[in-house]
Amino acid sequence: MIKISNMQKFWLSLILASPMLLQMVLMPFHWIIPGYTWIAFLTTTLIMLISAAPYWKSAWAAFKHHNANMNTLVAVGTSVAYFYSLFAMLTGRAVYFESAALVTVFVLLGDALEERMHSSASNALSKLLNLQVKEADVLTNDQYSKVPLEKVQVGDIIRVRPGEKIPVDGVVTKGTTHVNESMVTGESLPVSKKTGDEVIGSTINMDGLLIFRATKVGKDTALAQIVELVKKAQTSHAPIQNLTDRLSSIFVPAVLIAAIVTFVIWFVFLGAPAVQAMLFAVSVIVIACPCALGLATPTALMVGTARSAKLGVLIKNGQALEEVNHVKTVVFDKTGTITAGKPVVTDVIGNQQKVLQIAAALEVNSEHPLASAVMAKAKQYQLRYSQATDFQNIEGKGVKAAVDGQNAFVGSAKLMTTYQMADDLKTEMTRLQNDAKTVVLVGLAGQVIGLIAIQDTPKKTAAQAISELKARGLKTVMLTGDNQRVAQAIGSQVGIDQVIAGVLPNEKADHVKALQQDGQVAFVGDGINDAPALTVADVGIAMGSGTDIAIESGEIILMQNDLMGVVRALEISKKTFNRIKLNLFWAFIYNLIGIPISAGVLVGIGLQLSLSWLVWQWLSHRFRWLLRHYY
Amino acid sequence: MQLVVLAISLGLIAFIIWWFFGSHEEKTSDAQISDNQQESTIVVDGGYSPSTLVLKKGVPAKVKFQMNDSTACLSHVVFEKLGIDKDLTKQKMTAIEIPTDQATEFDYACGMNMFHGKIIVKD
Repeated sequence: MIKISNMQKFWLSLILASPMLLQMVLMPFHWIIPGYTWIAFLTTTLIMLISAAPYWKSAWAAFKHHNANMNTLVAVGTSVAYFYSLFAMLTGRAVYFESAALVTVFVLLGDALEERMHSSASNALSKLLNLQVKEADVLTNDQYSKVPLEKVQVGDIIRVRPGEKIPVDGVVTKGTTHVNESMVTGESLPVSKKTGDEVIGSTINMDGLLIFRATKVGKDTALAQIVELVKKAQTSHAPIQNLTDRLSSIFVPAVLIAAIVTFVIWFVFLGAPAVQAMLFAVSVIVIACPCALGLATPTALMVGTARSAKLGVLIKNGQALEEVNHVKTVVFDKTGTITAGKPVVTDVIGNQQKVLQIAAALEVNSEHPLASAVMAKAKQYQLRYSQATDFQNIEGKGVKAAVDGQNAFVGSAKLMTTYQMADDLKTEMTRLQNDAKTVVLVGLAGQVIGLIAIQDTPKKTAAQAISELKARGLKTVMLTGDNQRVAQAIGSQVGIDQVIAGVLPNEKADHVKALQQDGQVAFVGDGINDAPALTVADVGIAMGSGTDIAIESGEIILMQNDLMGVVRALEISKKTFNRIKLNLFWAFIYNLIGIPISAGVLVGIGLQLSLSWLVWQWLSHRFRWLLRHYY
Repeated sequence: MQLVVLAISLGLIAFIIWWFFGSHEEKTSDAQISDNQQESTIVVDGGYSPSTLVLKKGVPAKVKFQMNDSTACLSHVVFEKLGIDKDLTKQKMTAIEIPTDQATEFDYACGMNMFHGKIIVKD
């Protein structure tokens, strides 16, 4: 047999059904096509053979498995209408061939459209993978040459010209440029890259020549991982589905029983003619739509997770998406989550230039984190500084050296010894320390000439994100191992509700558990020590810049190192979840109202449905629903 | 006449309840193993047969879905845990690789979650 698609079957059946459609239009004028019964019989028989038979076959196979589904309803509805009409034709009664034919035609159209839309929705994801380039410019034997992407290996040195796509993940070895990473992280502003920075495959190199070493290829690249994650999320289950799953398994048999009951009530108890009773029963079968119940959640999940991935928020499964909606408290880790995790110079007291010059001269060779904060500041001001000599590194206190023939030091007050310090500097020092800043003294030739205050500062958007969370009625909590003073200072800068300080790394999960007493908790973190808390929390949100174990433990991953992602994750989850609820509502309402009306419950007040009207209703329901999902 | 119809209807309802909701034995089958590779075919026709397939742990497995059903209901097969959502209508046989590195169960279903099947990985 030639295989024809559902779309082709639809057109063929529609053409075959056209005489019956014409007759329906002519009916009000009392015109009847000559030999209508025979035409209807022949065309409907063809439609049944070509289009309805597969539904009968599938329904029968399902029946043997003790299963019933949409196909069962279609098969029962069309076969009852067809075989009754056959019987009616032979015995000279009114026929209902057009009902059998039209139900088949429209069910086919629905199936064909659904197939097409489903494939275009899942294609959106594979398009993500198509973002990859096909070739890379790889250094081999001192020359760059084009190599197919599959052949690129970890450790290869790759060149990317301005305007080209970066083929795989790696670390820059030469060149500075800006990179558009929006397709992977959702960040719309180009990100600047220099030697040592990481680049992500499939992002676009904007303005500089870039040489980098491949660190991740094939399945391991960020993009491939994202696609894999979103795929899993799209097929995952949301707990709300448990109800519909249970319902949909009994739905079809229940509808069949309802149809039989309808027939019995009309025929046996109300004394209606058998034909009338049968039409009501068939209507019940035809109007019921179990698909809407079964598809309400998956389609919303599919769209929601793909959309959020575009915004740089990866939701790993439907459960997380549902749980986020019940969250009452959002708990943040401090270092690396609320703060940047890198100390920076916040204040310079004294002659700024002079103080920084001396400090830079002494710290230039130091690897202490505080030293890199000082050097970053000096670089920012493009300061020139002299070469220092006679370095003396005093462990845990600071550095002593000679600058331009004068003794100098940078470090804590313990290094001050014989140095003089003005009273106003002392007051400033106390003030800065009260703000939970680390204060470094800079001394030159027997005098403390200034102070440098250093602090791990909150990320730019932290305060905004927290205020938006609070505006949503959520309680915000910060957990940190820092002392109370430092923690409180950061906490009040970003406006957090509650600060829990002095928490040992292994206690984080316990604190989350304690907070769960008051409602569901989301935990936002990035470090290895956050993994237990991420797992214990109802929803774990991991920063994408965080450690692999944190990302593994979290259910939601923020691709941008930005707390606004938490707000976005909540927003998208809420939207998607509301969409699921709306879909379920319509699916229920439609069946709850449609079935009784079809059964003739409202006939008493003159509301009786013709089969064609029912078909029309069913269709508009199914299509409205398809359109809502995919467009 | 009325009474006969009533009796038949009640009988029909009883049959529907027994047929669809009663407990019925499910077909289970084991995969064929050859050359350290196991392969099995699941026929898709108004459901999955066998609906429960047992695979041996540690042997690379390929499960083929043979599509004998042309209606939209069963056009996709979804393995929730594996993130697989495959369109079965593209060709007659669609092979899916199932990880067998640990003993576990993979539930699968059609796109609308009306039909269910299960793959069990055991020692």
